[in-house]
Amino acid sequence: MSTAGRRADADERYRNLTGQGPLTMDELARVVARDIPRGAYGNLGIGHPTRVAEHLRPEAGVVLHTENGMLGMGPLAVGDDVDPDLTNAGKLPVTELPGAAYFDHASSFAMMRGGHLDFCVLGAYQVSTDGDLANWHTGAGDDIPAVGGAMDLAIGARNVLVMMTLFTRSGAPKLVPRCTYPLTGVACVSRVYTDYAVFDISPGGGPRVRQTFGITPAELGQRLALPYTLR
Amino acid sequence: MSRTQFPSTPLEAVAGIPDGATVLVGGFGLAGMPFALIDALIEHGARDLTIVSNNAGNGEVGLAALLRAGRARKVICSFPRQSDSFVFDELYRAGKIELDVVPQGNLAERMRAAGAGIGAFYCPTAVGTPLADGKESRVIDGRTYLLEYPIRGDFALIAASCADELGNLVYRRTARNFGPVMATAAGTVIAQVSDIVPAGSMDPEAVVTPGIYVDRVVRVASHSRLDEVAR
Repeated sequence: MSTAGRRADADERYRNLTGQGPLTMDELARVVARDIPRGAYGNLGIGHPTRVAEHLRPEAGVVLHTENGMLGMGPLAVGDDVDPDLTNAGKLPVTELPGAAYFDHASSFAMMRGGHLDFCVLGAYQVSTDGDLANWHTGAGDDIPAVGGAMDLAIGARNVLVMMTLFTRSGAPKLVPRCTYPLTGVACVSRVYTDYAVFDISPGGGPRVRQTFGITPAELGQRLALPYTLR
Repeated sequence: MSRTQFPSTPLEAVAGIPDGATVLVGGFGLAGMPFALIDALIEHGARDLTIVSNNAGNGEVGLAALLRAGRARKVICSFPRQSDSFVFDELYRAGKIELDVVPQGNLAERMRAAGAGIGAFYCPTAVGTPLADGKESRVIDGRTYLLEYPIRGDFALIAASCADELGNLVYRRTARNFGPVMATAAGTVIAQVSDIVPAGSMDPEAVVTPGIYVDRVVRVASHSRLDEVAR
Protein backbone atom coordinates (compact mmCIF):
# COMPACT_ATOMS: atom_id res chain seq x y z
CA MET A 1 0.00 0.00 0.00
CA SER A 2 1.24 3.52 -0.76
CA THR A 3 2.13 5.90 2.06
CA ALA A 4 -0.89 8.02 1.19
CA GLY A 5 -3.06 4.90 1.16
CA ARG A 6 -1.78 3.84 4.56
CA ARG A 7 -2.42 7.30 5.95
CA ALA A 8 -5.99 7.34 4.57
CA ASP A 9 -6.51 3.93 6.13
CA ALA A 10 -5.19 5.21 9.46
CA ASP A 11 -7.41 8.30 9.21
CA GLU A 12 -10.43 6.06 8.68
CA ARG A 13 -9.60 3.98 11.75
CA TYR A 14 -9.05 7.18 13.71
CA ARG A 15 -12.47 8.56 12.76
CA ASN A 16 -14.08 5.29 13.78
CA LEU A 17 -12.29 5.50 17.08
CA THR A 18 -13.54 8.99 17.79
CA GLY A 19 -17.17 7.96 17.28
CA GLN A 20 -17.03 5.74 20.35
CA GLY A 21 -16.10 6.30 23.90
CA PRO A 22 -14.80 6.33 26.44
CA LEU A 23 -11.47 5.14 25.06
CA THR A 24 -9.26 2.59 26.73
CA MET A 25 -5.85 3.93 27.79
CA ASP A 26 -4.32 1.98 24.92
CA GLU A 27 -6.66 3.63 22.38
CA LEU A 28 -5.88 6.97 23.97
CA ALA A 29 -2.14 6.27 23.66
CA ARG A 30 -2.72 5.88 19.92
CA VAL A 31 -4.49 9.25 19.77
CA VAL A 32 -1.58 10.91 21.61
CA ALA A 33 1.02 9.21 19.38
CA ARG A 34 -0.73 10.49 16.26
CA ASP A 35 -0.38 14.09 17.40
CA ILE A 36 3.39 13.92 18.01
CA PRO A 37 5.09 15.77 15.13
CA ARG A 38 7.62 13.95 12.98
CA GLY A 39 11.15 14.12 14.28
CA ALA A 40 10.13 15.50 17.68
CA TYR A 41 12.22 14.89 20.81
CA GLY A 42 10.19 13.98 23.85
CA ASN A 43 9.84 12.24 27.17
CA LEU A 44 7.12 9.79 28.21
CA GLY A 45 6.24 9.67 31.90
CA ILE A 46 5.91 6.51 33.95
CA GLY A 47 2.60 4.62 33.72
CA HIS A 48 0.03 5.12 30.94
CA PRO A 49 2.18 7.62 28.96
CA THR A 50 4.78 4.88 28.41
CA ARG A 51 2.25 3.18 26.11
CA VAL A 52 2.46 6.04 23.63
CA ALA A 53 5.80 4.58 22.48
CA GLU A 54 4.04 1.47 21.20
CA HIS A 55 2.01 3.60 18.78
CA LEU A 56 4.77 5.81 17.40
CA ARG A 57 5.52 4.76 13.84
CA PRO A 58 9.25 4.22 13.22
CA GLU A 59 9.11 6.38 10.08
CA ALA A 60 7.92 9.33 12.19
CA GLY A 61 11.45 9.51 13.62
CA VAL A 62 10.35 10.59 17.11
CA VAL A 63 13.34 10.42 19.48
CA LEU A 64 12.56 9.45 23.06
CA HIS A 65 14.44 10.95 26.00
CA THR A 66 14.63 9.12 29.30
CA GLU A 67 15.69 11.35 32.18
CA ASN A 68 18.09 8.82 33.64
CA GLY A 69 20.36 9.75 30.77
CA MET A 70 19.55 8.66 27.23
CA LEU A 71 18.18 9.81 23.90
CA GLY A 72 17.09 7.21 21.37
CA MET A 73 15.42 4.86 23.81
CA GLY A 74 13.92 1.76 22.17
CA PRO A 75 11.16 -0.63 23.27
CA LEU A 76 11.24 -2.63 26.51
CA ALA A 77 13.94 -5.30 26.51
CA VAL A 78 13.05 -8.97 26.72
CA GLY A 79 15.12 -12.15 27.04
CA ASP A 80 18.78 -11.79 26.14
CA ASP A 81 18.38 -8.06 25.47
CA VAL A 82 17.83 -7.35 29.18
CA ASP A 83 20.81 -5.35 30.48
CA PRO A 84 20.72 -4.08 34.09
CA ASP A 85 22.78 -1.06 32.94
CA LEU A 86 20.09 0.02 30.47
CA THR A 87 16.77 1.05 32.00
CA ASN A 88 14.08 3.66 31.53
CA ALA A 89 12.92 6.16 34.16
CA GLY A 90 10.59 3.51 35.57
CA LYS A 91 13.69 1.30 36.06
CA LEU A 92 12.43 -1.23 33.52
CA PRO A 93 15.00 -2.73 31.11
CA VAL A 94 14.84 -1.08 27.69
CA THR A 95 16.77 -1.21 24.42
CA GLU A 96 18.73 1.38 22.48
CA LEU A 97 17.94 2.44 18.92
CA PRO A 98 20.58 3.24 16.29
CA GLY A 99 21.82 6.77 16.96
CA ALA A 100 21.18 6.60 20.70
CA ALA A 101 23.22 8.83 23.03
CA TYR A 102 24.01 8.57 26.76
CA PHE A 103 24.68 11.46 29.14
CA ASP A 104 24.85 12.12 32.85
CA HIS A 105 21.95 13.26 35.02
CA ALA A 106 22.92 16.94 35.20
CA SER A 107 23.09 17.08 31.39
CA SER A 108 19.82 15.19 31.09
CA PHE A 109 17.93 17.71 33.19
CA ALA A 110 19.76 20.69 31.69
CA MET A 111 18.50 19.43 28.32
CA MET A 112 14.98 19.34 29.74
CA ARG A 113 15.08 22.62 31.67
CA GLY A 114 16.80 24.40 28.81
CA GLY A 115 13.76 23.92 26.59
CA HIS A 116 15.31 21.44 24.19
CA LEU A 117 12.62 18.78 24.54
CA ASP A 118 9.67 19.36 22.21
CA PHE A 119 7.18 17.55 24.41
CA CYS A 120 6.56 15.35 27.38
CA VAL A 121 3.52 13.21 28.17
CA LEU A 122 2.71 12.93 31.87
CA GLY A 123 0.04 11.22 33.93
CA ALA A 124 -1.92 13.34 36.42
CA TYR A 125 -4.12 13.22 39.51
CA GLN A 126 -5.62 16.57 38.49
CA VAL A 127 -5.17 19.31 35.90
CA SER A 128 -6.72 22.73 36.40
CA THR A 129 -8.49 24.57 33.60
CA ASP A 130 -5.58 27.05 33.68
CA GLY A 131 -3.10 24.24 33.10
CA ASP A 132 -1.85 23.71 36.66
CA LEU A 133 -0.63 20.13 37.09
CA ALA A 134 -0.90 17.88 40.16
CA ASN A 135 0.71 14.50 39.71
CA TRP A 136 3.30 13.86 42.42
CA HIS A 137 1.66 13.68 45.81
CA THR A 138 -1.83 13.03 47.12
CA GLY A 139 -1.09 15.18 50.16
CA ALA A 140 -2.40 12.43 52.45
CA GLY A 141 -0.60 12.25 55.78
CA ASP A 142 0.65 8.68 55.35
CA ASP A 143 1.73 9.18 51.73
CA ILE A 144 5.50 9.31 51.31
CA PRO A 145 6.22 12.22 48.94
CA ALA A 146 8.21 11.25 45.85
CA VAL A 147 8.66 13.78 43.07
CA GLY A 148 11.33 12.33 40.76
CA GLY A 149 11.62 14.37 37.56
CA ALA A 150 7.96 15.46 37.36
CA MET A 151 8.50 19.08 38.43
CA ASP A 152 11.50 19.47 36.11
CA LEU A 153 9.53 18.09 33.17
CA ALA A 154 6.53 20.29 33.98
CA ILE A 155 8.56 23.48 33.60
CA GLY A 156 11.08 22.18 31.10
CA ALA A 157 9.42 20.51 28.13
CA ARG A 158 8.13 22.98 25.54
CA ASN A 159 4.74 21.23 25.37
CA VAL A 160 3.46 19.44 28.43
CA LEU A 161 0.79 16.94 27.41
CA VAL A 162 -1.22 15.12 30.04
CA MET A 163 -2.76 11.70 29.51
CA MET A 164 -5.27 10.58 32.12
CA THR A 165 -8.77 9.28 32.74
CA LEU A 166 -11.16 12.24 32.95
CA PHE A 167 -12.83 10.96 36.12
CA THR A 168 -11.62 9.22 39.25
CA ARG A 169 -12.98 5.76 40.09
CA SER A 170 -15.61 7.45 42.23
CA GLY A 171 -16.62 9.71 39.32
CA ALA A 172 -15.02 12.98 40.40
CA PRO A 173 -13.65 15.12 37.53
CA LYS A 174 -9.86 15.34 37.25
CA LEU A 175 -10.03 18.44 35.03
CA VAL A 176 -10.96 21.00 37.67
CA PRO A 177 -11.21 24.78 38.13
CA ARG A 178 -8.54 24.54 40.87
CA CYS A 179 -6.37 21.59 41.86
CA THR A 180 -6.93 20.34 45.40
CA TYR A 181 -3.83 18.10 45.33
CA PRO A 182 -0.37 19.64 45.83
CA LEU A 183 0.89 21.16 42.57
CA THR A 184 3.70 19.87 40.38
CA GLY A 185 3.78 22.96 38.16
CA VAL A 186 1.79 26.13 37.52
CA ALA A 187 0.07 26.87 34.18
CA CYS A 188 2.35 24.39 32.45
CA VAL A 189 -0.05 21.98 30.69
CA SER A 190 -0.95 22.76 27.08
CA ARG A 191 -3.14 19.79 26.22
CA VAL A 192 -5.03 17.12 28.16
CA TYR A 193 -5.80 13.75 26.58
CA THR A 194 -8.55 11.86 28.37
CA ASP A 195 -10.74 8.85 27.69
CA TYR A 196 -13.73 11.17 26.98
CA ALA A 197 -12.15 14.14 25.23
CA VAL A 198 -9.02 16.03 24.30
CA PHE A 199 -8.73 19.57 25.66
CA ASP A 200 -6.46 22.41 24.63
CA ILE A 201 -5.48 24.66 27.53
CA SER A 202 -4.45 28.25 27.08
CA PRO A 203 -3.66 30.66 29.92
CA GLY A 204 -6.78 32.46 31.09
CA GLY A 205 -8.85 31.17 28.19
CA GLY A 206 -10.33 28.05 29.75
CA PRO A 207 -10.16 24.65 28.10
CA ARG A 208 -11.19 24.24 24.47
CA VAL A 209 -12.59 20.87 23.45
CA ARG A 210 -10.51 19.58 20.58
CA GLN A 211 -12.06 16.18 20.19
CA THR A 212 -14.62 14.04 22.01
CA PHE A 213 -15.04 10.28 22.27
CA GLY A 214 -18.68 9.23 22.38
CA ILE A 215 -19.90 12.25 24.37
CA THR A 216 -21.12 15.72 23.34
CA PRO A 217 -19.44 18.90 24.60
CA ALA A 218 -22.69 19.79 26.40
CA GLU A 219 -22.70 16.45 28.29
CA LEU A 220 -19.02 16.92 29.04
CA GLY A 221 -19.70 20.38 30.48
CA GLN A 222 -22.40 18.94 32.74
CA ARG A 223 -20.28 16.07 34.02
CA LEU A 224 -17.32 18.36 34.65
CA ALA A 225 -19.56 20.90 36.40
CA LEU A 226 -17.52 23.79 35.02
CA PRO A 227 -18.89 27.28 35.64
CA TYR A 228 -18.96 28.13 31.93
CA THR A 229 -19.82 26.60 28.58
CA LEU A 230 -17.17 24.42 26.99
CA ARG A 231 -16.08 25.51 23.53
CA MET B 1 52.32 8.78 39.22
CA SER B 2 48.72 9.82 39.64
CA ARG B 3 47.50 10.85 43.06
CA THR B 4 44.51 8.53 42.62
CA GLN B 5 44.87 5.59 44.98
CA PHE B 6 44.04 2.00 44.13
CA PRO B 7 43.14 0.17 47.34
CA SER B 8 42.86 -3.58 46.94
CA THR B 9 39.52 -4.10 48.69
CA PRO B 10 36.26 -2.15 48.96
CA LEU B 11 36.73 -2.01 52.75
CA GLU B 12 40.08 -0.24 52.33
CA ALA B 13 38.44 2.01 49.75
CA VAL B 14 35.87 3.34 52.24
CA ALA B 15 38.39 3.79 55.07
CA GLY B 16 38.08 7.05 56.96
CA ILE B 17 34.38 7.74 56.40
CA PRO B 18 33.42 9.14 59.82
CA ASP B 19 30.14 9.03 61.70
CA GLY B 20 27.89 11.91 60.64
CA ALA B 21 29.37 12.20 57.14
CA THR B 22 27.34 13.26 54.12
CA VAL B 23 27.77 10.56 51.49
CA LEU B 24 26.68 10.91 47.85
CA VAL B 25 25.67 7.49 46.52
CA GLY B 26 25.45 6.98 42.77
CA GLY B 27 22.89 4.94 40.88
CA PHE B 28 19.37 5.23 39.56
CA GLY B 29 17.46 2.32 41.02
CA LEU B 30 19.99 -0.49 40.73
CA ALA B 31 21.75 0.75 37.57
CA GLY B 32 25.06 2.34 38.55
CA MET B 33 24.63 1.58 42.23
CA PRO B 34 28.02 0.95 43.89
CA PHE B 35 26.99 -2.26 45.65
CA ALA B 36 30.48 -3.34 46.75
CA LEU B 37 31.25 0.08 48.27
CA ILE B 38 27.91 0.20 50.09
CA ASP B 39 28.44 -3.31 51.48
CA ALA B 40 31.92 -2.17 52.59
CA LEU B 41 30.43 0.94 54.21
CA ILE B 42 28.06 -1.28 56.18
CA GLU B 43 31.02 -3.40 57.34
CA HIS B 44 33.08 -0.26 58.04
CA GLY B 45 30.36 0.77 60.46
CA ALA B 46 30.02 4.56 60.10
CA ARG B 47 26.71 5.76 61.58
CA ASP B 48 24.47 8.79 61.59
CA LEU B 49 25.09 9.33 57.87
CA THR B 50 23.28 11.71 55.54
CA ILE B 51 22.79 9.87 52.26
CA VAL B 52 22.26 11.76 49.01
CA SER B 53 20.98 9.53 46.22
CA ASN B 54 18.18 9.49 43.67
CA ASN B 55 16.25 6.76 45.46
CA ALA B 56 16.07 5.45 49.00
CA GLY B 57 16.86 1.82 48.28
CA ASN B 58 15.30 -0.97 46.26
CA GLY B 59 14.61 -4.43 47.65
CA GLU B 60 17.05 -5.60 50.32
CA VAL B 61 20.38 -4.85 48.66
CA GLY B 62 22.67 -1.83 48.29
CA LEU B 63 21.25 1.34 49.79
CA ALA B 64 18.31 -0.57 51.25
CA ALA B 65 20.75 -2.78 53.19
CA LEU B 66 22.57 0.30 54.52
CA LEU B 67 19.27 1.80 55.69
CA ARG B 68 18.16 -1.48 57.25
CA ALA B 69 21.43 -1.58 59.18
CA GLY B 70 20.34 1.73 60.74
CA ARG B 71 23.31 3.74 59.52
CA ALA B 72 21.49 6.67 57.94
CA ARG B 73 20.04 9.58 59.88
CA LYS B 74 18.71 11.35 56.82
CA VAL B 75 18.10 10.71 53.13
CA ILE B 76 18.13 13.49 50.52
CA CYS B 77 16.59 12.08 47.35
CA SER B 78 14.05 12.68 44.60
CA PHE B 79 12.06 9.48 44.60
CA PRO B 80 11.97 7.41 47.80
CA ARG B 81 8.61 5.71 47.29
CA GLN B 82 8.70 2.77 44.90
CA SER B 83 7.14 -0.67 44.66
CA ASP B 84 10.22 -2.18 46.32
CA SER B 85 11.26 0.56 48.74
CA PHE B 86 9.79 -1.26 51.76
CA VAL B 87 12.91 -0.85 53.91
CA PHE B 88 12.83 2.93 53.65
CA ASP B 89 9.02 3.09 53.90
CA GLU B 90 9.08 1.22 57.21
CA LEU B 91 11.84 3.41 58.70
CA TYR B 92 10.14 6.60 57.51
CA ARG B 93 6.72 5.67 58.87
CA ALA B 94 8.33 4.70 62.18
CA GLY B 95 9.95 8.15 62.33
CA LYS B 96 13.43 6.61 62.30
CA ILE B 97 14.74 8.45 59.27
CA GLU B 98 14.55 12.02 58.03
CA LEU B 99 13.60 12.73 54.41
CA ASP B 100 14.37 15.71 52.22
CA VAL B 101 12.64 15.37 48.83
CA VAL B 102 14.39 17.30 46.05
CA PRO B 103 13.23 17.38 42.41
CA GLN B 104 15.52 15.11 40.41
CA GLY B 105 16.96 17.82 38.18
CA ASN B 106 17.62 20.07 41.18
CA LEU B 107 19.35 17.20 42.96
CA ALA B 108 21.71 16.82 40.00
CA GLU B 109 22.19 20.56 39.42
CA ARG B 110 22.77 21.34 43.10
CA MET B 111 25.59 18.78 43.11
CA ARG B 112 26.86 20.18 39.81
CA ALA B 113 26.93 23.63 41.43
CA ALA B 114 28.90 22.26 44.39
CA GLY B 115 31.42 20.70 42.03
CA ALA B 116 31.67 23.79 39.83
CA GLY B 117 32.19 26.39 42.54
CA ILE B 118 28.77 28.01 42.10
CA GLY B 119 27.46 29.65 45.28
CA ALA B 120 23.77 29.22 44.40
CA PHE B 121 21.59 29.43 41.31
CA TYR B 122 18.09 30.43 40.24
CA CYS B 123 15.97 27.61 38.87
CA PRO B 124 12.32 27.55 37.68
CA THR B 125 11.62 24.00 38.90
CA ALA B 126 9.01 23.73 41.69
CA VAL B 127 7.77 27.34 41.49
CA GLY B 128 4.23 27.46 42.92
CA THR B 129 4.51 24.01 44.53
CA PRO B 130 4.91 22.92 48.17
CA LEU B 131 8.62 22.29 47.48
CA ALA B 132 9.06 26.06 46.99
CA ASP B 133 8.16 26.73 50.63
CA GLY B 134 10.81 28.76 52.41
CA LYS B 135 12.86 29.40 49.28
CA GLU B 136 13.87 32.81 48.02
CA SER B 137 12.37 33.64 44.65
CA ARG B 138 13.18 36.19 42.01
CA VAL B 139 11.55 37.26 38.74
CA ILE B 140 14.02 37.36 35.85
CA ASP B 141 12.77 38.44 32.42
CA GLY B 142 9.20 37.87 33.56
CA ARG B 143 9.72 34.32 34.81
CA THR B 144 9.86 33.28 38.47
CA TYR B 145 12.87 31.31 39.72
CA LEU B 146 13.82 29.81 43.09
CA LEU B 147 17.21 30.18 44.71
CA GLU B 148 18.85 26.76 45.05
CA TYR B 149 21.98 26.02 47.06
CA PRO B 150 24.69 23.47 46.30
CA ILE B 151 24.69 19.98 47.80
CA ARG B 152 28.20 18.89 48.66
CA GLY B 153 29.26 15.50 49.94
CA ASP B 154 32.09 14.63 52.29
CA PHE B 155 32.41 11.41 50.30
CA ALA B 156 30.95 10.08 47.04
CA LEU B 157 30.54 6.38 46.30
CA ILE B 158 30.04 5.74 42.60
CA ALA B 159 30.24 2.85 40.12
CA ALA B 160 31.85 3.04 36.68
CA SER B 161 32.65 0.34 34.18
CA CYS B 162 36.35 1.04 33.69
CA ALA B 163 39.16 3.18 35.10
CA ASP B 164 42.69 3.74 33.90
CA GLU B 165 45.76 4.18 36.11
CA LEU B 166 45.12 7.93 36.38
CA GLY B 167 41.58 7.43 37.62
CA ASN B 168 39.88 8.44 34.36
CA LEU B 169 36.46 6.78 34.24
CA VAL B 170 34.07 5.53 31.61
CA TYR B 171 30.58 4.26 32.33
CA ARG B 172 28.14 1.86 30.70
CA ARG B 173 24.85 2.97 29.19
CA THR B 174 22.32 4.44 31.65
CA ALA B 175 24.46 3.28 34.61
CA ARG B 176 26.32 6.58 34.05
CA ASN B 177 23.44 8.58 35.60
CA PHE B 178 24.67 10.43 38.75
CA GLY B 179 28.29 9.17 38.65
CA PRO B 180 29.89 12.03 36.71
CA VAL B 181 28.19 14.81 38.68
CA MET B 182 28.75 13.18 42.09
CA ALA B 183 32.42 12.71 41.18
CA THR B 184 32.77 16.51 41.10
CA ALA B 185 30.84 17.26 44.27
CA ALA B 186 32.54 15.45 47.17
CA GLY B 187 35.70 15.88 49.20
CA THR B 188 36.75 12.27 48.63
CA VAL B 189 35.47 10.39 45.59
CA ILE B 190 35.56 6.60 45.65
CA ALA B 191 34.76 4.60 42.52
CA GLN B 192 34.21 0.90 42.10
CA VAL B 193 34.94 -0.37 38.59
CA SER B 194 34.89 -3.69 36.77
CA ASP B 195 38.23 -3.11 35.11
CA ILE B 196 41.42 -1.07 35.55
CA VAL B 197 43.54 -0.52 32.42
CA PRO B 198 46.99 1.03 31.88
CA ALA B 199 47.26 4.74 31.13
CA GLY B 200 47.08 5.24 27.40
CA SER B 201 44.77 2.34 26.68
CA MET B 202 41.58 4.36 27.22
CA ASP B 203 40.48 6.62 24.35
CA PRO B 204 40.99 10.15 25.73
CA GLU B 205 38.03 11.33 23.65
CA ALA B 206 35.80 8.83 25.45
CA VAL B 207 36.76 9.70 29.05
CA VAL B 208 33.62 10.85 30.89
CA THR B 209 35.04 11.60 34.35
CA PRO B 210 38.64 12.87 34.24
CA GLY B 211 40.85 11.39 36.94
CA ILE B 212 41.36 14.76 38.65
CA TYR B 213 38.02 14.18 40.37
CA VAL B 214 38.69 10.60 41.47
CA ASP B 215 40.54 9.85 44.73
CA ARG B 216 40.22 6.08 45.11
CA VAL B 217 39.43 3.30 42.65
CA VAL B 218 38.77 -0.31 43.57
CA ARG B 219 38.17 -3.14 41.17
CA VAL B 220 35.28 -5.48 41.95
CA ALA B 221 33.84 -8.50 40.16
CA SER B 222 31.81 -7.38 37.20
CA HIS B 223 28.13 -6.88 37.88
CA SER B 224 27.89 -9.88 40.19
CA ARG B 225 25.24 -8.27 42.36
CA LEU B 226 23.20 -6.92 39.48
CA ASP B 227 23.18 -10.29 37.78
CA GLU B 228 21.96 -11.76 41.01
CA VAL B 229 19.20 -9.17 41.27
CA ALA B 230 18.27 -9.53 37.61
CA ARG B 231 17.70 -13.25 38.07
